[in-house]
Amino acid sequence: MNAVANRRAFLTGGAALTIGFTLPAKAAKAQAAAAALAPNAFVRIGRDSRITIIAKHVEFGQGPATGVATIIADELDAAWDQVEVVFAPANDPLYKNLMFGTMGVGGSTAMRESWDQMRMAGAAARAMLVEAAAKRWGVEPGAVSIAQGVVSAGNRKASFGELVEDAAKLTVPQKPVPKTPDRYVYIGKHVSKVDSKAKTDGSAVFTQDVRLPGMVHAAVRRPPAFGATVKKVEDAAARAIPGVLDVKPIPSGVAVYARDTWTAQRGAAALEVDWDMAKAETRSSDQMLAEYSAAARTPGRQVEAAGDAAAALARAAKTIDATYYFPFLAHAPMETMDYVIEKKGEGISVHAGSQFQVGEMGAMCGVAGVPFDKSALVQHFAGGSFGRRATPVMFDGTEAAACARAYGFAAPVKVVASRENDLTGGFYRPMTVHRVRAGVDATGAISGWDQVCAAKSIMKDTPFEPMGIRNGIDGNMIEGANDTNQYKIGDFRLGQHLMAGGVPVLWWRSVGHTHTAFVKETMIDELLELGGKDLVAGRMELLKHDRAKAVLAKVAEMAAFGKPAKKGRAKGIAVHESFDSFVAQVAEVSKGADGLPKVHKVWCAVDCGVAINPDIIRAQMEGGIGYGLGHALYAELTLGEGGVVQQTNFDSYRSLRIGEMPDVEVAIIPSTEKPSGVGEPGLPPIAPAVANAWRKLTGKAVRRLPFAHGDNA
Amino acid sequence: MATTFQLNGKPETFDGDPETPLLWVLRDHLGLTGTKYGCGVAQCGACTVHLDGKNRRSCVTPVSMVAGKSVTTIEGASGKVADAVKAAWVQIDVPQCGFCQSGQVMSAIGLLTAKPKPTDADIDAAMAGNICRCATYVRIRQAIKDAAGVKGARA
Repeated sequence: MNAVANRRAFLTGGAALTIGFTLPAKAAKAQAAAAALAPNAFVRIGRDSRITIIAKHVEFGQGPATGVATIIADELDAAWDQVEVVFAPANDPLYKNLMFGTMGVGGSTAMRESWDQMRMAGAAARAMLVEAAAKRWGVEPGAVSIAQGVVSAGNRKASFGELVEDAAKLTVPQKPVPKTPDRYVYIGKHVSKVDSKAKTDGSAVFTQDVRLPGMVHAAVRRPPAFGATVKKVEDAAARAIPGVLDVKPIPSGVAVYARDTWTAQRGAAALEVDWDMAKAETRSSDQMLAEYSAAARTPGRQVEAAGDAAAALARAAKTIDATYYFPFLAHAPMETMDYVIEKKGEGISVHAGSQFQVGEMGAMCGVAGVPFDKSALVQHFAGGSFGRRATPVMFDGTEAAACARAYGFAAPVKVVASRENDLTGGFYRPMTVHRVRAGVDATGAISGWDQVCAAKSIMKDTPFEPMGIRNGIDGNMIEGANDTNQYKIGDFRLGQHLMAGGVPVLWWRSVGHTHTAFVKETMIDELLELGGKDLVAGRMELLKHDRAKAVLAKVAEMAAFGKPAKKGRAKGIAVHESFDSFVAQVAEVSKGADGLPKVHKVWCAVDCGVAINPDIIRAQMEGGIGYGLGHALYAELTLGEGGVVQQTNFDSYRSLRIGEMPDVEVAIIPSTEKPSGVGEPGLPPIAPAVANAWRKLTGKAVRRLPFAHGDNA
Repeated sequence: MATTFQLNGKPETFDGDPETPLLWVLRDHLGLTGTKYGCGVAQCGACTVHLDGKNRRSCVTPVSMVAGKSVTTIEGASGKVADAVKAAWVQIDVPQCGFCQSGQVMSAIGLLTAKPKPTDADIDAAMAGNICRCATYVRIRQAIKDAAGVKGARA
């Protein structure tokens, strides 16, 4: 990787240039070529006063493209319509995630990791414009101000474009001073998202929309069970379909190439494949669940302990012994995994919505057998991820690269996963079992909490293992349950079992918190009730963090939690910290005609530090609630006999639909803390809030998700 | 056998297999990529177009079925209702990842063309076939009401 070369290529509109999405591609290239001021890797200002902001984070709906533009435009005091955003090339020296050390997003880090960096990038550009104006007008820099893209001192005025050539001759300040919050013009205010129009009128370009001259379409026939491999292929029927061009074996299955996607998919279905099942995972998910449940009845490797949980349980006046079951879940982003790969010179050009740009490109170049530094990523919008586009083993990108290579790079190859391949292809939220034994003493105080978790590790046997597993403990699996689970519990023990198995698992929007928050918030609800305590005041007494208490108090007030719900309805509450943010929710629930919870309204209070884009935060809370609710109510992936995944499309993997979406009211707690996560933290509280309401309504504690599984009616 | 139909107001001909779903004719052969593939079995609505003015899932519509008929895609969606819907969508920043939104917008236009003042139940029924995995449903509902000029909260 050569940072200088990439930067030069960008400035001259060369091969590494990414495609703009607020302008047609050609205009964006012309704009970048005309950029006169380029103080750092993130800001370009042209002679026409247009500001191009280079976004290093993939944009799949969580809003970082608007986020980084907001921060930089604010530092510059630019007019919002001066700003456009392009995606960065794959270049770690310039664009690495400062929390990861390589390009990528995940763990709700986009704004957390770039807040200071983006402010400094904008402040540097501003300082240069100010200094150029001060020199031209013979005034002190302190006399120069900027408002809405107009630089002025007294009655002298200049546009950014009129100053950029002078500014470009100045030394880039190494320690620019960012604004103080009292001078923010966009941060914390409302700006329109940079991508809303293109995503409304159909003009936004996703990888699925890329078309190159001579391009062929590939579809992959995957094995029926995880770990099975191709023994023998009979492809006569596939090749007989008009429009099928070729059939090639690849490591993950068999690729069929055709003139269009439909023909490729039909060709893949027409293959007769004899699979080698010797190394396949052939257990059903019921068999695995039984093994997990048995493991969870043994102590496991100790994650942490405080006091003496066993002794406290032994002396408790009342106890609860609960085993919780969480299914495999698919992310099922609307845009399935897809890539377009073209041989260009000695390298490859890859069109993708890549979440780990450099790591994924590196892995794809490795499979393609070409040098990384002769290759380029053309980054596009991605149609959702929820974690799915961030596989540590780079499965999908390398499968696509294998398809292109097997075709001899004879044409650009587009690989679009079918929804069936998406849902049956693994990389699921791990199936997880928790067993909790907890009690209260005669005064109603909690007396002992012993929790054991059993699941397959996301990190183990991947390149991320050294980062994710320390002293044999997988941090993702128990996040949200450790640190004595965010409550002050004197006698506590947490154990863990890393279960073996052949089903690929992956982080899924909020990762371990998807299940640990459910266990913690439903169990605390039951214990408080068992001890005769108030559900809000009781939590307040036990919560460790003042910011958690503040969101809980806020949401209780918003929802009038202390007052009875409407007839036939009940309200449930939950609070959880994740990704450095604090979220509390109240769900108002009735029993629907289908016997499942009908969620009418959700109140949500969030503290995510400085609220850069309040409306994006609201949108992420709405989305986190909807995504969490839909899966909690309806979704599970099960493996049947022989390890075959039984849900193949949205007819059997049920997604939340509009009539099932509750109204949502969000309050954002004002804060001067550093920005923290918003993409994931809206999710963990919703399922336990609904379950807590459900227990009030029906008297039945929810131990198994989804609700639709049938054990909870 | 060639299939001839009206596409966004202009005559269009497709020479390939008449069983080819309209979705792939639009996307892979005619280059109209605003209409998306999400499931291929009429479960998600990302491929929604208008066939003679009515909502239609193009992924399960063989192109032979549209012979002699009029197809409108997101690229060709225009007129008072379409403009109101798109303006309302942008005004409150409905899209997140955006991938389903062409289909959502087309379904919403279809709804408001048939029912200019929809109730919440009308919205639920008309939009039930359009999945949004980002769950932008709160804003989809609001944008439809804004475009229609109707007010009022759900019961």
